[in-house]
Amino acid sequence: MPKKSAALKSRASAPAKSAPPAAKASTAARSEVVKPLAPGKTSKGAPPLDRAEARRLYRQMLLIRRFEERAQQIYVEGKIGGFLHLYIGQEAIACGIMSLLHKDDYFIGAYRDHGYSLARGADPKPLMAELMGRATGISRGKGGSMHFYDIPNGNFGGDGIVGGHIVVAAGMGYAIRLRGSEQCVVCFFGDGAINEGAFHEALNVSSLWDLPVVFVVENNMYGMGTSVERASAVTALHERGAAYNMVHLPCDGMDIVKVRDTFADAFARARKEKKPTFVEVITYRYRGHSMSDPGKYRSKEEVEKWQEKDPIARLGMFLLDHKFATGKELEAIDKDVMVEVDDCIKFSEESPWPPAEYMYEDIYVKTPTLNWRAVEKDPAWERSLPDDRVPVIYPPHVSQGVK
Amino acid sequence: MLTYLEAIRQAMEEEMVRDPRVFILGEDVGNYGGAFRVTQGFLEKFGPERIIDTPISETGLIGAAIGASLFGMRPIAELQFIDFIGCGFNQIVNYAAKSRYRWGGGVPIVIRGPAGAGVHGGPFHSQSPESYFMNVPGLKIVVPATPTDAKGLMLAAIRDPDPVIFLEHKFLYRRLKEEVPAGDFTTPIGEARVARAGEDISIITYGAMVHASIEAADLVSAEGVSVEVLDLRTLLPMDRRRILETVKKTGRALIVHEATKTGGPGGEIAAIIGEHAFEHLDAPIVRVAPPDTPVPYSPPLEEHFLPNAAKIADAIRALAEY
Ligand SMILES: Cc1ncc(C[n+]2csc(CCOP(=O)(O)OP(=O)(O)O)c2C)c(N)n1
Ligand SMILES: [Mg+2]
Repeated sequence: MPKKSAALKSRASAPAKSAPPAAKASTAARSEVVKPLAPGKTSKGAPPLDRAEARRLYRQMLLIRRFEERAQQIYVEGKIGGFLHLYIGQEAIACGIMSLLHKDDYFIGAYRDHGYSLARGADPKPLMAELMGRATGISRGKGGSMHFYDIPNGNFGGDGIVGGHIVVAAGMGYAIRLRGSEQCVVCFFGDGAINEGAFHEALNVSSLWDLPVVFVVENNMYGMGTSVERASAVTALHERGAAYNMVHLPCDGMDIVKVRDTFADAFARARKEKKPTFVEVITYRYRGHSMSDPGKYRSKEEVEKWQEKDPIARLGMFLLDHKFATGKELEAIDKDVMVEVDDCIKFSEESPWPPAEYMYEDIYVKTPTLNWRAVEKDPAWERSLPDDRVPVIYPPHVSQGVK
Repeated sequence: MLTYLEAIRQAMEEEMVRDPRVFILGEDVGNYGGAFRVTQGFLEKFGPERIIDTPISETGLIGAAIGASLFGMRPIAELQFIDFIGCGFNQIVNYAAKSRYRWGGGVPIVIRGPAGAGVHGGPFHSQSPESYFMNVPGLKIVVPATPTDAKGLMLAAIRDPDPVIFLEHKFLYRRLKEEVPAGDFTTPIGEARVARAGEDISIITYGAMVHASIEAADLVSAEGVSVEVLDLRTLLPMDRRRILETVKKTGRALIVHEATKTGGPGGEIAAIIGEHAFEHLDAPIVRVAPPDTPVPYSPPLEEHFLPNAAKIADAIRALAEY
């Protein structure tokens, strides 16, 4: 372990005190199942991490962690309202996967979404501003924590309805087929979401129609307070892919190198063969489900056991082992990240609140069927639109129908 | 003294003790005690056969409630936020609502969950979905405004032979506290109540807006305007008689709700007044309701979205001057 790993552990939240013994035993057993992946026959894996990329990813994972730790602090101070769900512990998944995406690929995810946007390279300032409800927020303060979007960067965002977006990913894959491009879609969701009918409908059509979608279930062992064993008849979740004749496999989500290897193959399959893959990434959320989770469903020991596998500490070790960085340099990266996060908060606090007009915007659109922001900013859509489709923007007072 | 939330909890708890057919199913209702802790302690008291932690699958849990009710059970299905009711829409509007009509099978279930805005929940955790269901014959929709009504209406809903959607206002959960009668009593479904008596203007409202309306009425009383506030308590079936009674008395009707304006309950209420009390009106019927937008997250926008006492008071003044 690099020295700093202790500092990487939770700062503020106190994990749960006791858990039912059954749940403890079974999550332990499950984590053992994820031995290093035996690569499949056609598996090529990802290109090895070079110095620059490994350092970039280390910084990015730290950025997610520090960003969220600070978000948690200012939530407690009352500067963020509503609901806040933290990705801490799961950073290797978003960062590993996004590091393989091309510029014109897409992703769509669930509501625990801060890590996705940061890993996709979004400027963290508008993300923090969104949490704080400011006009400069990435959704102009209208969505909050669960609704980060960044359409120009292929980020179709978070979704507060569990499972609802999984079927949407299939439609995105279908559109890519129609375009005939080599793009692909990554769809993230939690272990709880696979019990929604939408998951099954999406996997079926994606396999049936050969869609370039990579489905990622982030199995962090719990959907809120309900453990996987208490919610799913099949606990090796990836095996559900078999029901839809889809390539399916597990992956260690606490190791970014393994994440990259697994997903490099999945993306190759999507791009070249137009075939979906279903990957179960085994991971753990360190913090409570949300800010109001007393965490009685799991033990402190269980949380600590997973924190020992910390993905950031692991990548730190990798950097040290490969002489890609010194301990001092890792500390310097951390300091740098903290400064960046402080800047985000400063930026947000200095940003104005959204004016009332914002509320009335983005409800109806330039054309009757497309979101005008997507149309304007997504080059792929622009190409596919005939030139004679002159859009009309309804002024707010018309759509509002009053005053 | 019970909070609004505790009153709901007490009603369910007492009825579960009285009636073994009652059971609760929902996401995290057991171990976790419910997302808002409404069912805190129930698992310990009633055991896992009657307090069921379901997977995250609203179609599944609402459907299962319907199925069990057909065999004589009295299930209560909890949704963590009422916004997720959309995921079980078909079970509700096709199966539960039309079962009796199609083959005589009653579906005595309660579907309950937190609705409404005011806690910065954003577009998917703040909605008021009552209007989606008002157009579905066969359903009942209940919207308590006070702890006492929350208890009385919950008991009535559980015992009701038909499917009841029970909309709890999450903003009221821990903000309201009052003396609630102990033990067994019901508040009849379908009966409105005069929450504040007055002579000049009638406000017809329900849920959290009852309190904003009373506050507004108090504000303008100093200016010499006497306002009556009618709390509907049930939206489907709606208490037409009491709506018409108050409007015929005052001659001025102001409708207030938190559901967005177009297609909201206010249109129906206005139509009832227009059809049956037109000649009693001294002024046009006025609605105060959020504009037709999703519920925004940012606190100042959410405030702009929601009706409040000041906005209602403005409408009262304008109506009084007409
Ligand atoms: C349709 C729907 N049902 C229920 C919820 C409430 N809810 C929010 S998150 C959550 C748990 C999700 O668990 P999982 O999919 O494993 O994701 P994780 O929280 O572990 O990231 C639940 C039940 C919701 N948001 N949407
Ligand atoms: Mg989970």
